Amino acid sequence: MSLTNYLVLSTLLFTIGTMAVLLRRNGIIVFMGVELMLNATNLALVTFSRMHGNLDGQVFAFFVMVVAAAEVVIGLAIIVAIFRTRRSASVDDVNLLRN
Amino acid sequence: MTSASSLVTALTEAGTTSSGEATLFWVLAPLMVLGALGLLFSRRTIHVAVSIAGVMVGLAILYVAQEAFFLGFVQIVVYTGAIMMLFLFVLMLVGVDASDSLVETISGQRWIGLLAGLGTGAVLVGIVTRASFAAPVGLEAANTDTNPVGVSRLVFGNYVLALEVVGTLLVTAALGALVLTHRRRLTRKVGQREIAEAKVAQGARLTPLAAPGVYARHNAMDVPALDPYGEPIEESVSRVLRIRGQEAAAEAFALQEDAEERAVPEDEWLTTTEDPDELEGGEQK
Repeated sequence: MSLTNYLVLSTLLFTIGTMAVLLRRNGIIVFMGVELMLNATNLALVTFSRMHGNLDGQVFAFFVMVVAAAEVVIGLAIIVAIFRTRRSASVDDVNLLRN
Repeated sequence: MTSASSLVTALTEAGTTSSGEATLFWVLAPLMVLGALGLLFSRRTIHVAVSIAGVMVGLAILYVAQEAFFLGFVQIVVYTGAIMMLFLFVLMLVGVDASDSLVETISGQRWIGLLAGLGTGAVLVGIVTRASFAAPVGLEAANTDTNPVGVSRLVFGNYVLALEVVGTLLVTAALGALVLTHRRRLTRKVGQREIAEAKVAQGARLTPLAAPGVYARHNAMDVPALDPYGEPIEESVSRVLRIRGQEAAAEAFALQEDAEERAVPEDEWLTTTEDPDELEGGEQK
């Protein structure tokens, strides 16, 4: 088995995450789609690190994880704040600037 | 890390993986894609969260298989342990049954999104499969001092500035979450003193509620207490018992001047005290 299979799996997961962001309307599910995209890029980074024989790719993946953790904290805080005021977690209901 | 694991994960001369790793990949990859598809097709958010947690565990196993031991364990701790649990907590706050609205606010969004997603996937898979990579090196040389040591040399060496910046980012994010979820109090706080003053102003009851009438003959909670005038106090019986209609009449158990005028017939309570089974049933009443 060639290492390209890992990359194909990574692109498949990335595509599914993209489609979740584009198609789903629940804010939390959209957010999980973003997380899946980040994870897919991490898999690609780890695979590239193995291909090139140095650990820089793994360090990049580590930093991606840290930034993802910070992003989740802020994103979920925003979702909770919106839910408190609007009683909905749907991304379509956040049209404050319309009308 | 150990010799056994490096034997399994070592690349062959031609740059391909061992058959053991290939088996692991072909078992895990379809499961992970299925779990990820739950993101698109699951109706309930909680199912999506659990399937994504499964995908993340699968990714951690693949990291370990690819000689990224440190990242594999960080993946388990950070993603499945912290991030997905945070998602579950927010689901609990928002409500598990927060379902999707099926009304399209942008007309044709579903088809545009489907097309854009499939196009992205086709482009990415095309690039990855058609690109010609150099022969894979493998990480035996880089992992000679174990993988965590190698990663930490880079993190605290070449990338130490990035590490500092990321630490600042984490602190800022924690503060930001506090600020975003902080709720400003719109009315004055109602404390003990305010409640007491409101009660006095209303003329409501100031003292605690009376305890139910517990008598030597009938020590259950369903008998109302009697006030100094001999009238039963309805509030002394638990509200649940009152609503169920299980409240007993106080007159039957109260001390009365004339013993012959007791509401409970003499023979009835005599028989209950004689029969132990009946006595227990009476106590539970």
